[in-house]
Formats: sequence, structure tokens, C-alpha cells
Amino acid sequence: MTSPLLQIDRLTKRFGGVVAADAITLDIPPGEFHAVIGPNGAGKTTLVGLLAGEVAPQEGAIRFERSDITRLPVYRRSRLGLARSFQISSLFSDFTALENVALATQAHRGHSFRFWRDARREAALRKPAQAALARVGLAARAQVRVDRMSHGERRQLEIAMALATTPRLVLLDEPMAGMGPEESAQMVATLRQLKGAMTILLIEHDMDAVFALADRITVLVYGRVIASGRPAEIKADAAVRQAYLGEKEGTGHD
Amino acid sequence: MTASFDPPLDHAPVSRLTGRTAFIALMLALLALLPVYTTLSGDAFVMTLFTRVLILAIGAVSLNLIMGYGGMVSFGHAAYLGIGGYAVGILAKEGIGSGFVQWPVAIAVSALYALVVGALSLRTRGVYFIMITLAFAQMIYYVAIGLERYGGDDGLTIYQRSGFSNLIDLNNKTVFYYLCFVLLLASIYLVSRLINSRFGLVIRGTRSNERRMRAIGFPTFRYKLICFVIAGALCGLAGALLANHTSFVSPALMHWTRSGDLIVMVVLGGLGSLFGPLIGTVAFLLLEEALSRVTEYPDLILGPVLLLVAIYLHGGIEGLLQWRRHD
Amino acid sequence: MLYFIEQCLNGVQLGMLLFLLAAGLTLVFGIMDLVNLAHGSLYMLGAYFAATFAIVTGSFVAALVLAVVASLLVGMVLEVVAIRRLYRRSHLDHVLGTFGLLLFFNELVRLIWGPAGMTLPLPPQMLSAVEIIPGIYYPMYRLVIILATLAVAALLYVVVMRTRIGMLIRAGAANREMVAALGVNINLLYTLVFGLGAALAGFAGVMQAPILTVQIGMGENILILAFVVIIIGGIGSIRGAFVASLIVGLIDTLGRAFLPDMLHLALSTNAAATLGPALSSMSIYMLMAAVLIFRPEGLFPAASR
Repeated sequence: MTSPLLQIDRLTKRFGGVVAADAITLDIPPGEFHAVIGPNGAGKTTLVGLLAGEVAPQEGAIRFERSDITRLPVYRRSRLGLARSFQISSLFSDFTALENVALATQAHRGHSFRFWRDARREAALRKPAQAALARVGLAARAQVRVDRMSHGERRQLEIAMALATTPRLVLLDEPMAGMGPEESAQMVATLRQLKGAMTILLIEHDMDAVFALADRITVLVYGRVIASGRPAEIKADAAVRQAYLGEKEGTGHD
Repeated sequence: MTASFDPPLDHAPVSRLTGRTAFIALMLALLALLPVYTTLSGDAFVMTLFTRVLILAIGAVSLNLIMGYGGMVSFGHAAYLGIGGYAVGILAKEGIGSGFVQWPVAIAVSALYALVVGALSLRTRGVYFIMITLAFAQMIYYVAIGLERYGGDDGLTIYQRSGFSNLIDLNNKTVFYYLCFVLLLASIYLVSRLINSRFGLVIRGTRSNERRMRAIGFPTFRYKLICFVIAGALCGLAGALLANHTSFVSPALMHWTRSGDLIVMVVLGGLGSLFGPLIGTVAFLLLEEALSRVTEYPDLILGPVLLLVAIYLHGGIEGLLQWRRHD
Repeated sequence: MLYFIEQCLNGVQLGMLLFLLAAGLTLVFGIMDLVNLAHGSLYMLGAYFAATFAIVTGSFVAALVLAVVASLLVGMVLEVVAIRRLYRRSHLDHVLGTFGLLLFFNELVRLIWGPAGMTLPLPPQMLSAVEIIPGIYYPMYRLVIILATLAVAALLYVVVMRTRIGMLIRAGAANREMVAALGVNINLLYTLVFGLGAALAGFAGVMQAPILTVQIGMGENILILAFVVIIIGGIGSIRGAFVASLIVGLIDTLGRAFLPDMLHLALSTNAAATLGPALSSMSIYMLMAAVLIFRPEGLFPAASR
């Protein structure tokens, strides 16, 4: 029985009077493609913040590969192999796509207290960066500055950044946010290729994508887990249906 | 931040590059030949002025490292001019005239002060950071005033320039000028290597998007602090040079308006470019000099000029001359 | 003991002056997101205006009123002509631009009033000392400063918390786009807020003039103290500014008064004589450093920024 890669144990976060995360408990075994869905205000953003380390919980714990990372700062979690992408693209806009990913690679290849040699020419950084770009279909756009890229390309770049850090677990925060149908399909194809190669925790609104990709799905409503299981079970679950009543199913864009 | 980055050479159109390179080459050539002009014309003042330009340019280069490339707007950088200068002055007064001791001490103490101030200030950012660096600079200014033994408010005269055995005679103005010139070029070269090294990329990335840097696994605080210390140390060297140049140090060296002047020099030249600090220092000091000859109230013009620069000029002078890509 | 109480009151008095400056600074920063290095210049102008008006009218009170009005006007004009063009720029540009203004005003004052500085005589009714506690006397004017600035602080509180304008100010600090979207004339609001800050600074300048100074560059030193107050109290927070002003005023005053003597007890005469003045001026920066270590967001950080 393999132990879970990520263990979320009664994680609770309150903002003043609002309980954004209510004793969330979830186990994710290695290699699983796990999706977290929920209506607006469900606490998905808070959950991402808690897992990434930008927000500290009042109660509960997060364990990654058996070690407690609950109080670990953001950069340490990345070092341990927990990568994340941002819901609103957060990139180095005055650098090229390649330079962006190369920085991510650099963070995980030795230390950066090197003050003399030109790192832009380091093959050990460029090659993996190019590979990561190729994986998300951006190989041709490597020399383009981020502030000249389209929205969809930036979302792809977000994924490439996460991949470049050779993660054990990738936390994807609404990668399809703001995408049209064609771009979304392309993203789904990219994600499908990653499935199985690494453990993925996907936060998404786009139901088509979620049901196409996920091994298991967890549903959050007002910060609480109301259901967790295989896609077929979730589809049939009464509580889930009720939570989504009035909510558009299918391609839910904000 | 309004200024765009040091353009990777493969992106800039060739014509702009040639124009910019030509301008810089010309400027460097003129600076290199200046002592010749001085000897021929007998005008010693020009060399004195430009020695000062070269020294302050080193200070501006160091500030540009943290401000232009690192995004850390320090309003207390003149503190290191003072620390470096006082290291030379105090040691000289206590009988230690050897440059081999004075200058390393100047650099080391500056680095140490930068370490302490940086460790405290870099926990904040933006406006807080500006105010805090300002406050710490003011603090050391008052400390200097309180040092009765070393002149206090009146300052300290330095009777002997730093001695370097028979290696080099700083009393020779031309030799001193070229020393400053070489050190300036060395500083610029150092920065050029730094900003493209692994370390430099981390600093520049942190300026661009610190949150992202942390998310990919960099402990950004550490890197910023080291950058801050390097800048402080380099400026401390400039302080030691300045003390030798004027044979005098006083708390006024570290007054916060001097820090403001340094910021102006960096911004005028264009943030985050290698030769920008030199261009900006030349421009600022020449402007200051010209204004003081034209009117008894130079700041009546300089002040509004700075205001206009802040309002209208994106990338400093280089932006004006359209050698930089706009945001 | 007498001396101690007197120094404490002096500390409170300094604190209140700092509060007036810090309140103006923090308001402008909180609402317009602007760092204003020229704030000290408005303080200086207030003092100079009052000194001139006092000569013209012969009355301290008249000079005070006129100077505050003049400061208000200068502030508003400055905002319209120069400051408002800086809002969209980066903080670095604010620093650069207002630094230019600072240099300009220092030179302008030198041009108009000369380099020597001026005096503002104490109003004759306030020359005496007041017995605040049996046996303990304190100069009346200093007492007036404390009371007057407290009154202004209270007035500020009422305006910001209880009036419509105040509500707009607080809303603007929290979310300026929303306030603009609601149809409020943001430009006018900003001009008024800046003017208010200028008036507060001018008022402080006038009040301190009889006992401290009226000279070029007087704004710079106190401005930095005001920055320290804001750092300790938390940016955007008037309550924080109030508490921090008192703390800073007290520590600075008491530090200068007692630290040298305390050092004499602990160290040799030479060391104490060398370190004394230096350390006592450092005391508030030490405090600031401590706050930065333990609570970098300040003692009472405002919710927004």
C-alpha cells in the first residue's frame, strides 16, 4: 500500500469571520490526476494558497512525502518538488519564454551564488528549458518576450515553468482560465500527456476538462469537502448536483 | 518600475546599437584624453571636476546595481560614501596612512553596514524600503556629527593621501585621475559580469516578479541581501576615493540629499543599463556646475528639472534619445 | 524628578508635532499612494508665512490663522500644478519629483526671505509658566502646543470618521477606483486631501516656530522623523501614527536628556563623551530597527496596503 504523496489533514483557514477552508482532508497517492472543483467562493483559491505556502492555516497539517510542510516557506516547498502554476499568469514579463523557463530550471540545478560566468549560455539550463517549452508546444516561441505573447501562450508557459522545476507534484490553478475552446482543447491535450508521468492536483472550473482527465475528483463547497471519488461517482452524487444547481455545467468560464 | 531592461543584444536593431555604442565610446575616449587637455590648456579645474565625476559615477554604478537591476530603491546610499571616506579619515588621523589598510577597511566596514541595514530593511519593500534606508542613512549621519574626536559637524581634514608604498603616488593628480578611471571601468565590467551570471539573473528576476521567483524555489531575501552588500562595498570604495580627492570628510557627505543626488544620477542615465550611471553622473554634475555659474539660485531650475524628468522621462536620457525600447 | 516630568512633557509635545506631519504624510500616501518628500517644505513654509504675517499684523493668532490658510492654498495649488502628474508614476518617480520640489522650495525661501532664517516671537500672553502639578512648572506655550495639537488631532478624527468627506477619504484609501467609479470627483478629493496635509504641516511649522526654529532646511530633519513614525505605526494608519508619534517623541527626548548621563555611569568618561551624543540620536532608529525585526508591518497596520 503506497503512502500518499500529499496528505491534507483537517486543514482550516479563517479570515475574520469567514471560514475559507473547513477541516479539509484529502489524500493523494503518487501518480494520480486529482481534480478539485466547486462553485464560486468554494475556497479553491484559499486551498491553493495553503498548499503553496502563501497562506498559513489556523489548524490542520499538510504532509508531502511524509514530511510536514505546513509551516514551510514557499520556496522550500518548491525545492521539495511541489510546483504550482498561477491562476492569473505570474511571469517575468520583460524576459523571453526561454529565459523564464531557464530561471525555473536554474532554481533546481545547484546554487545560484555564481557571480561571473554568463548563465544565459549555460547548456545545462537551456536544454531542459527548451525541452519543457517543447512539452507544452511553445518551442517555436522561445525567443518571444512574455509581454508580447498571447493569453493562451502565457497559460502554456505557466505549465512549462512548473514542469521545469522537475516536480513530484504539480498544483495547477485554473490553467484554462480565460481560454477559448480551441486553446482549452490544446491545454487538455498537454495535460493528458503529463498524466501518469507525475502527480497532478488540478483546480478547475472547466467541467469537460475535469471529467476527461481526472482519476479522482473532490468537490468543495464553502470550504468543506462534500464529496470525493471517481468521476462517475461524483456525477451521480446528489449533494454535488444540489451544490451546482443553477450553476452552468460544461464549459464554465468566469 | 518604469524603465525597461538592459536589452539582450540580439533584440536591438543594429542602427540603434551602433549609435549608442558610438556615443559611449566617444565619451570614454574624451574622458581618457582629458588629462592631455588639462596639461595642454593648463586648466586644472576641469580635471578636478571630472575626477569627482568618475568617483561619483562609481557610486552611481553601485546604486544602479541594486536599483536598476535589483529594483531596490535605496535612499541611503550616500551613507557608504561617508563610511568609506571616514574609514580613510579616521585611520589617517590615528596614524595609519597606508592605503593597503585604509581601503580594505573602507570596503569591509561599508559591506558590514550594508549587511546590517539590508538584513533589516529588505524585510520590507516599496515605500517602506525607501523610507527605512533613508532613516538608517540619517542615523549614521548623526553618528558622524556626534564623533567629536573626528571633527563632528566641522569635518575632518586628511593631511596625507592614502599611501601605497612605491606602487602608485596618489598625490599626482593625473595618476589619481587615471586610477579613478580604471576603477570605474573595472566596476562597470564587474557589474556586466554580475548581471548575466546566475546570481544576476536571480536578482533581475526578483525585480521582475518576486512572487514568481519564490514559487520556483529561490530564497529571494538572501540574494537581495548579498546584492545590497556588494553595492555597499563598491560605494565604500568610492568613498575612500572621494576622501582622497577632497582631502576632507564631513557628515555632509552622508546627508540624505546626497543620497538623493545619487538617485538622480542613476535615473538621469537610465535605470538598469551599464553605462547609464556614468552618463547620468556626467549630466548631473555638468548641469549643477553650469547652473551655479548662471545663477545664484541653481536649485530654482534644478528642482523643476528633476520634477519634469520624473513626470516625463521614462528611461532617463537614453530614453529621451530613443536608444532604449519603451515599455 | 522635576526634570523627568518636564522632559516627558517635551517628549509629548514633540510627539504631537510629529503626529501632525505624519498624519498628513500617511493620508496622502494612503489615498494617493504618493511618497511626498516635499512635505517638510510645507512645514517650513508655514513657519516662514507665520513669521512674516506676525510682522505685518503684530498678532500671533492672526499670523497662525493666515499661515495655515496660506499653507492650505499652497498645498492645493501644488497638487494641481505638479503633484497630480506624478500619481501614475512609480514610487521612484515620486521620490525624484518631490525631491526636486524640496530643492526648489529651499532655494525659493532663500530667494524670498534670505539665508539667515527668521524668528517668530512668543505671544506675550504665553510667556509665563504654568503650575500643572503643585510644585512643578511648565512653560505655558509648550502646554498650549500640546493642547492645540491634541485639539487638531481630535478635529481630524471627527472629520475622518464622522463626516461625509471623511468617509470618502477612508473609502478612497481602501479602493480608489471604486470611489471614482461611483462618480465622486476624485480630482477634487485628492486636491483637498493634499491641501489638508499641507495645512497640518503648516500648522505644525507655525506652532514650533517660537521655540524651535524658522530656517531653510528645517523640514528635512523632522520629515525623516515623521517617516520613522509612519514605519513604526504602520503606513496608512492614523491611529498608528498617533501612538507611534508619542513613542518616538518620548524616546527621542528622553534619550537625549538621559542617555549621556546613563552612559557616564556605565562607561569611562571618554567613551561616554564620544558615544553619548551619537547614541542618543540613534535611539529612535534603534526602536525602528526593533519594530522591523519583530513586526515589520508596523504596530497598527492599515488593512488595505
